[in-house]
Amino acid sequence: MSGSTRMAYDGIVVCAPVTVPYRRYSANSAHWWIGRALQALTKQSGLQPSELDGLSISSFTVAPDTAIGLTQHFGLSPRWLDHVPFGGASGIVALRRAARAVQTGDAEFVACVAGDTNHVDSFRKTLSTFSRFAQDAVYPYGSGGANASFALIAKNYMNTYGVRREDFGKICVAQRDNAMAVPHALMKERLTLLDYMAARAIADPIHLYDCVMPCAGAEAFLVCGEAAARSLALKGVHLLSTIERHNAFPEDAIQVRGGWAVDVDELWSMAGVGPQDVDFVETYDDYPVIVMMQLEDLGFCRKGEAAEFVRAHTLTNDGTFPHNTCGGQLSVGQAGAAGGYLGLVEAIRQLTDAPLGTQVADARIGLVSGFGMINYDRGLASGAAILASAA
Amino acid sequence: MTEPLTPPKRKNPLKKTRGPLNPQGARSRTAHGLTMAATEGRFALQRCSDCGIVVYPPRDACPTCLSPRLPYQEADARGVLVAETTVRVSTDPYFRERMPWRVGTVRLDIGPVLVAHLHGDLKEGEPARLELKLDKGGAPVVFALPDKDTPHMQDDPQLREMTCDPTFRRVLITDGCTPVGQAMARAFSAVGSSIVFVGVAQAWKPFQGMDALRAIERVEIVPFDITDTESVIEQAEQNGGRIDIIINTAEHIRAGGIIERRGIGVAREEMDVRYFGLMRLAQAFGPAMRFRGADGVNSATAIVNLLSVYALMNWPVYGAYSAAEAACLSATQSLRAELRPGGVRMVNVFFGPLETEWFQAVPPPKVVPSALARAVIDALKRGLEDVFVGDVAEDVRARLAVNPKALERELAG
Repeated sequence: MSGSTRMAYDGIVVCAPVTVPYRRYSANSAHWWIGRALQALTKQSGLQPSELDGLSISSFTVAPDTAIGLTQHFGLSPRWLDHVPFGGASGIVALRRAARAVQTGDAEFVACVAGDTNHVDSFRKTLSTFSRFAQDAVYPYGSGGANASFALIAKNYMNTYGVRREDFGKICVAQRDNAMAVPHALMKERLTLLDYMAARAIADPIHLYDCVMPCAGAEAFLVCGEAAARSLALKGVHLLSTIERHNAFPEDAIQVRGGWAVDVDELWSMAGVGPQDVDFVETYDDYPVIVMMQLEDLGFCRKGEAAEFVRAHTLTNDGTFPHNTCGGQLSVGQAGAAGGYLGLVEAIRQLTDAPLGTQVADARIGLVSGFGMINYDRGLASGAAILASAA
Repeated sequence: MTEPLTPPKRKNPLKKTRGPLNPQGARSRTAHGLTMAATEGRFALQRCSDCGIVVYPPRDACPTCLSPRLPYQEADARGVLVAETTVRVSTDPYFRERMPWRVGTVRLDIGPVLVAHLHGDLKEGEPARLELKLDKGGAPVVFALPDKDTPHMQDDPQLREMTCDPTFRRVLITDGCTPVGQAMARAFSAVGSSIVFVGVAQAWKPFQGMDALRAIERVEIVPFDITDTESVIEQAEQNGGRIDIIINTAEHIRAGGIIERRGIGVAREEMDVRYFGLMRLAQAFGPAMRFRGADGVNSATAIVNLLSVYALMNWPVYGAYSAAEAACLSATQSLRAELRPGGVRMVNVFFGPLETEWFQAVPPPKVVPSALARAVIDALKRGLEDVFVGDVAEDVRARLAVNPKALERELAG
């Protein structure tokens, strides 16, 4: 699968990283959160709302609206509009589409926004009506939500590859270290491996600190041409390559790999760099077992060797293999679909020297990975992007 | 090893009564193919008519060849438990009351992977066999059991949530004067029901089998006349708060069609016993049963209604009787919807002609009362909702599924 025929993202930049600080519960609607993000995006970019001619929306809780209803709600009149309800893969998918829209001239400035609210009880409602397969074949079985589904995946992964809970714990503890300087992280108490191991069981082998905390929040970024960004004096990052794959490996009885494994060679060949060239990695961290799958399937180590890889690195911003540099969802919280934007927005910040927390030294190339939508027994959506600083 | 059930202690009145809650019952229309199989205790999955693969979860197009032809068919239920988890935190109030709860991923030998409720004796990596069950709210679910029976396996707490096992439950049989009522009393006593109330309408009037009935262990004869509202209410006031299973054995069987009857006196009696009788029973006992649908191991769990299979299609030789049975059947469908929120099951047991006084002129095969009683016990133990007892009942059901019009004409003789 070498020799990519994919067109390069020449002349495209990603800029204006926006985070609306998260809250555990919010009485406001998803519309409010998305609106806040759009407002912050226009302020940061210096664009008028009317200049946003492209809009991409990701949200679980904006019903009964979709992106089209939001145009009227926000008084926008875009000539390119997208709705990307793909959970943890939303950021990568929105980015890929927006980049091509700008490249082809269908839009000049695409605002990509993900936001969700978290009312008391909205999480339960999201779970029970998440998908038809979830309604028919998962939720009535203990109603443990994603925790139970990923427990089965994690259990099988541990059995198959001899992984211990301590290995998962290393990831969570390192991420918490990275979160300590992030002002709006919902979980900012230092976590030790002892704390991790002693936490209460949620759905064996998933324990408390393997789980993200559902919350309200929004994330956004802007995709535009290099010249346009320069005229707005916006610092942007380049897009070296992207991949996206859904419902890969249906023949696996239980998920041990994601769609990245199908397209990983093209991801690297299109970017013209290799895993050793990457300065930091933002994986989708709901749950640590999925982090391990991403490390394997994206080529940082071989299948089954992620635990060993994790043991060999600090995973912290000041150490080796900086990973989930703002703390990831495990520390800052999971604001619905915004969780699928978190790594991407953080990567833009790291590559433009504007992190919310600590800076990874000399960060020039970053990899961001997305994963989402546990429709029945496995996550269906996967994607990844390699970004480079403009310097 | 399943902990065998012990006789439940007298309830501490200071302790909370666990309210009846059900797991989420919403299903797609296609998923109700599972409901159909589960109500009769069959294991059926969708199988593609074009490429032959077995499909789960329920779909409207084949994920291999995109064919829309995906009928439910009996399927091999053997597989392996690939991974298990014990859910300790749930967002659903029903499961929150029952934490922890074990579920797992079972890969069937025939291909598909199913998330299933787990029996306590089934462990990760072991061979499993799947059954379709109705959960507490009557929704279809997959239940994974060890491939071979284990001691006391029916007492597994998760399994017992899906069944109406009569062991240690208290039973009311509405009419003990008939051979069927007496067979029921013997069967429930033998299976370990803690008390078997047997209704007798006119206590002063001797009936065939009376002494034998009185001699059955744990049987208590109670005054009960299903055609008398006062009598039904009185019994409900007396024992309604502790009756977990009701078997409606009240019958009124007379041969004859509609025209030859001349007058509606007999038809009115039929309706009074069967249709209005069921109504009196449900109104008197239903509220307490619905309230007690989740109240411990001897919670209220089922109303069993014995129905002629000719409720489903009129047999003109017993034409007026069939019509009354049909009315009774329709009432059970309403009752199902009304009882379901309380976690109480309405079980319909359809029988063909019985080996009793009122079917003397009918040629065999016929159902002996003890077989009917065995079928009722089996249905409760397995948690079924629709049961067909005997060759004639099975035959009518099979023909009804193929061509109802042909059945109507052929029953006309």
